[in-house]
Amino acid sequence: MDRNLGILVAALLLVASTCESAIFNPVSESHRSAASELLSSADGSFGSLEETYEALKTFEVLGIEKKPDIRTSACVSAVKILSSTSSALKDLFHALRVNGVLKCELNDQAFPGIGSKLKDSLNGASSLLDFYYSIGGLILIKDQTSEVDVHISDADRIFRSIKALSQSDGRWRLNSNNPESSNDAAGIALEALSGVISLASSEIDSSLIATLKNDISKLFDGVEKYDDGTCYFDEKLVDAHGHKGPLSASASIVRGITALAAVSSENLNLPGEKVLGLAKFFLGIGIPGSAKDLYYQIDALSCLESIRGSVPLILSLPATVLSVTKKDQLKVKVSTVLGSAAPPLSVKLMQIFVSGSKDASVIDQKLKFDPENSVHVLETLPTNVDVGNYIFSFEIIFDEPEHKNKYATGGRTRVPIHVTGVIKIDSAEIAILENDLGSVETQKKLDLPGESAVALSANHLQKLRLSFRLTTPSGQVFKPHQAFLKLKHDSGVEHIFVVANSGKKFEIILDFLGLVDKFFYLSGTYDLQLTVGDSVMENSFLQPLGHIELDLPEAPEKAARPPPQPVDMYSRYGPKAEISHIFRVPEKRPPRELSLAFFGLVILPFFGFLAGLFHLRANLKNFPKSIHATFAILFHLGIAAVLSLYALFWFKLDLFTTLKTLGLLGIFLMFVGHKTLSHLASTSAKLKTT
Amino acid sequence: MGRSTTTTKDAQALIHSLRTAYAATPTNLKIIDLYIVFAVVTAIIQVGYMAIVGSFPFNSFLSGVLSSVGTAVLAVCLRIQVNKENKEFKDIGQERAFADFVLCNLVLHLVIMNFLG
Repeated sequence: MDRNLGILVAALLLVASTCESAIFNPVSESHRSAASELLSSADGSFGSLEETYEALKTFEVLGIEKKPDIRTSACVSAVKILSSTSSALKDLFHALRVNGVLKCELNDQAFPGIGSKLKDSLNGASSLLDFYYSIGGLILIKDQTSEVDVHISDADRIFRSIKALSQSDGRWRLNSNNPESSNDAAGIALEALSGVISLASSEIDSSLIATLKNDISKLFDGVEKYDDGTCYFDEKLVDAHGHKGPLSASASIVRGITALAAVSSENLNLPGEKVLGLAKFFLGIGIPGSAKDLYYQIDALSCLESIRGSVPLILSLPATVLSVTKKDQLKVKVSTVLGSAAPPLSVKLMQIFVSGSKDASVIDQKLKFDPENSVHVLETLPTNVDVGNYIFSFEIIFDEPEHKNKYATGGRTRVPIHVTGVIKIDSAEIAILENDLGSVETQKKLDLPGESAVALSANHLQKLRLSFRLTTPSGQVFKPHQAFLKLKHDSGVEHIFVVANSGKKFEIILDFLGLVDKFFYLSGTYDLQLTVGDSVMENSFLQPLGHIELDLPEAPEKAARPPPQPVDMYSRYGPKAEISHIFRVPEKRPPRELSLAFFGLVILPFFGFLAGLFHLRANLKNFPKSIHATFAILFHLGIAAVLSLYALFWFKLDLFTTLKTLGLLGIFLMFVGHKTLSHLASTSAKLKTT
Repeated sequence: MGRSTTTTKDAQALIHSLRTAYAATPTNLKIIDLYIVFAVVTAIIQVGYMAIVGSFPFNSFLSGVLSSVGTAVLAVCLRIQVNKENKEFKDIGQERAFADFVLCNLVLHLVIMNFLG
């Protein structure tokens, strides 16, 4: 029996320790200042009536004073819509909402007309949004004036038509044509149905309400959860506006179930854990960045503030870091989501878990209530709480047992607590030891973390020993995150060593004989610096201890050079040395006169050729006469043209244009040449035969 | 002594006979020969220039020399084809040979001009 109980407790502890712990804080001043910032507009208007209503509702819930120009401009647009006879259903709904918040001056004659219009559209409604706007409008009229009769006679039929759009998983479709269902539509439907129940002139069939309870429990089955107990409703489909997400879906459902819980005569039996999870979700997003998200958050929280049957209570801590040395007291605040006071209750600290290990201790201590500040105080921390990270587990117990049915507390709340303290350092001493025998040559006591400047000297045959002890405020041995000893040479080379602990003492022994290589054989003055630090240590320090003169042997040939130290920033990023480029030495060219002389020399053979021709008595007797002369002339001209094209090619043109022109000239030359030469051939043939 | 005189006498006789034989060639062939001599002399002068100043723009040197030598070679081909005593080329008319000569020269000079740089 005992063994089984023990195993059960161990198993429970194991399960409990795997759940995460987190802090949630109710709505605070930062929400108010964010609202003033996000919802400030230059000319007092917010765009559409819907946005105006959202801004006004946010201000109202947070208790922020509205500026008068906002009121006037909003009233003007609302009254305009309500007075006109051709307004759309959606606009009427939003205008009525704005009027409900601001209570503008409206002609009383307008309401009957609006009322009958809404009833007509209710009778002819087919899509979920039509039902929602018309029913919502009628409820708003009921609140704003008593002259119009808003009761619905065929409430059953309307109930059934809305119910027809529901799905088996608890979600709703927007209209019968659209097969996609969403959580957002479910919230809208629940609000509409609660409106139908409140406006019904005769009792609605209780079996219908029972199916509604069923739908809600199925809806809650589909809620998503995080490890720290937060719950939310996610939206699978993305709207064309791209605006739907977990925030709007969860807010919509919260509005729906709040409205339903308010009008139903019996308890809806909402799961308290999940309602608390939804409250934690809305508080856990912190301060949203857009006006619409802020509206969703604040509107949902205002619904959760007064939901019938399970108002969530938030346990928050103003400070989660406590100092053992300063004897800080643990303070716990319990309030509703908007920060209002909770009913009379007491908070008990049930268990303390050590973070990162399976240790847990059962405390079961009640906290004292301080009515002035309305906080619950734990005056002294339990004796076994030393410095470190813990998870405290609290439980809320109501003074009046019937409050259990009205509020949701979620059983045990786990909160991470960081306990710090001043760590005592004693028995700190630094000594130089002889290598082989370990006998002490010099020993000096250190005062940590105070001022101390020791001057030691050692050679490579000796060792340096540093030791100290760290104790927590409750006398336990303390192992910090960081314990380093740094030696820095005059030239800037640094060496860092970790100080290890063995049992109660922290000790490091630097054997210079083995470290000669690591120190790059640099002798000289080394500055000593000790760093001891931890997140729970309030007196973490970085302390220069003094300096040590090290006498190391000469560096051998192959020893590693010390790494180059970082250069002064200005020289590194300053202008660099001028680069002188080495160009290829140009080839030696002959002097100009020599080239010109040879040019003349090359031309000479041409004249020699002409002279020779003259000497041979070459003549042009065979040149064609009359009509064929033209072809012959053209032929020679064509050749001259080609040669001059080549000359032009060398001076200026590129190959492509040359080839193009050559092609054209070539064709011409071919034609002309053929003509001429064939004529010459025929004449010479004639001469031969004759 | 005697032998040298006979060799010189033989050389003189040889040259004289060559000269008379050459005088018998037709004029058009003599014109072509003159052209060949002109082209080769131009080539030799260019080589001489290169020997003096070095071959720095080597492509220009090659282009110049090959232009002269190329046109000399084409002239030799023309001479062979035009010579009436060559039996193989009787079918190809003189004008046709001349047309070939002109065309090949134009192509050669296009390449030369491109290579001249």
